[in-house]
Amino acid sequence: MNTSKNKKYKSISYAKWGYIFLIPFFTIYILTNFIPLISTIYYSFFENYMSGLKQIGPNFVAFENYKSILFDSDLPKYAYNTLYIWLLGFIPQITISMLLAIWFTNIRLNLKFTSFFKTVIYMPNLIMAAAFAMLFWALFSDIGPINNLMVSLGLEPYRFLAEIKGTRGLVALMNFLMWFGNTTILLMAGIMGIDSSIFEAAQIDGASSWQTFWHVTLPSIKPILVYVLLTSLIGGIQMFDVPQILTDGSGGPDRTSMTMIMFLNKHLFSKNYGMAGAICVILLIVTAILSFTIYNNITEKDTYTKSKELKMKGGKNEK
Amino acid sequence: MKNRINKILCYIVLIVLSIMCIFSFYLLIVNSTRAHSQIQKGFSFALGNFFGANLKNVLSNGELPVVKGIINSLTVSSLTAVLASYFSVLTAFAIHSYNFRLKRIAFTFIMMIMMIPPQVTALGFVRWMAKLGLIDSLVPLFLPSVASPIVFYFMLSYMQSNLPKAMIEAARIDGASEFRIFNQIVIPVMKPAIAVQAIFTFVGAWNNYFIPSLIIRSAEKKTLPILVAQLRSADYLKFDMGQVYMLVFLAIIPIIIVYILLSKYIVRGVAVGSVKE
Repeated sequence: MNTSKNKKYKSISYAKWGYIFLIPFFTIYILTNFIPLISTIYYSFFENYMSGLKQIGPNFVAFENYKSILFDSDLPKYAYNTLYIWLLGFIPQITISMLLAIWFTNIRLNLKFTSFFKTVIYMPNLIMAAAFAMLFWALFSDIGPINNLMVSLGLEPYRFLAEIKGTRGLVALMNFLMWFGNTTILLMAGIMGIDSSIFEAAQIDGASSWQTFWHVTLPSIKPILVYVLLTSLIGGIQMFDVPQILTDGSGGPDRTSMTMIMFLNKHLFSKNYGMAGAICVILLIVTAILSFTIYNNITEKDTYTKSKELKMKGGKNEK
Repeated sequence: MKNRINKILCYIVLIVLSIMCIFSFYLLIVNSTRAHSQIQKGFSFALGNFFGANLKNVLSNGELPVVKGIINSLTVSSLTAVLASYFSVLTAFAIHSYNFRLKRIAFTFIMMIMMIPPQVTALGFVRWMAKLGLIDSLVPLFLPSVASPIVFYFMLSYMQSNLPKAMIEAARIDGASEFRIFNQIVIPVMKPAIAVQAIFTFVGAWNNYFIPSLIIRSAEKKTLPILVAQLRSADYLKFDMGQVYMLVFLAIIPIIIVYILLSKYIVRGVAVGSVKE
């Protein structure tokens, strides 16, 4: 009786520490994130901007800001730009990273110099995005080293920053270079965390590399894959520094590389708080929907089991 | 034989990718050692001897407080790395090791706010900081990192596979207080994860341009990315390209030093994560 009472007391007193250790996170979150979030939503319902030197508003206008930002502004166009450039960088990023992570962790392959390669490919991730964009701007400008090199190799000079493909391609290339090393390391951590006896069992059962990847590696690293996908998507929607510096905020040529956050930035600087608020809230909703969709798709158990069964059958047929 | 061909293919891909990663930085180093006139003349693979002159020019450039920029960037990034990793481990520890009534709600809440990018609250953030009198201060650049949901999520995942509850129980039986358990048992166990996340958060803060450009006004508070952007929007014809390359060079050097110091830690951290209990 006495001991059980003691136990009960102890568990209660430990629960208290759970709350205490959460205090810093939640205090700072409320002060630096939650209040700004709520006030951003609040501002989005008000007309509030500078017309010349005259302050208009704040007047409550309900959903007027949303209407004008969605139907009378170029936001949809910039959303397309952002998504386009993100995918252009992310597809090679996830493909190459997965490939490298598998190679680096494959014992049969036994690659040498892996720590050197890992060090090199991770490096661009550490470079300040703004400085990296500045560097690319200098290197790929009309009279820059890359064009010099192309001319001396007998190629036509290419005005990268005057062409839609050139500018979008450069932004995507920079995103790819900055992130594929990081993704490789995260995926490697995931693969190395898998119990090696599962790989051994797969090997004994005569599984091919592809079967091992599909039935052992991929399901085991799903949580890390979700993490990579989520953070990259969130990062893609946040895309700002690189195109902003590369095009000096113009999003050129003809605003085809203007991203949503660059547009938001313009409204923040011109003090059009109503419009800025509406953009913020729209981005918030879009991010939330996309994130939850991906999260649910990947973690859905039924789809996973079904596809696993199908693949198993397919594997047997191949034999 | 097949394995050998595979291996050669792997090496070719790896070498191509490595060259892609290094090439632009190699050109950066070359051009930071050349004078403006030499850079304008054309492409070169060989180093010049104007490194000192370029460095002197950019450090004494009256319009660009580069030295202060470096100090500001280092301050903000270091504080961000320390706050984000320490408090994320603390938050993860609370969720991982204690049972309390609001635990599920707290966890779900953090996972939900993980989806919210800081950019989408930029408007409210800047106006709220203005109300608190923190415009043109470095505090809003590092303080929010105490609540870093993504770092928290990483720490929690790492903790679940590397921090046995029996370890904590044992320490409790030995009479250690909860704070002591956290600081002397949990933190050392989490070191590999902390090293990785400290680098990520340091780099994140170092790279951060959007929020600082909205918060910082005065020249002596500017961080390096703001100075880089300022140089980008300067008059193109007046550019000394030697100085441009030198500023970019200065912006990446402290990062590379940090990387050299901690890259082994990352690799080891990844390796430790794979060790079975």
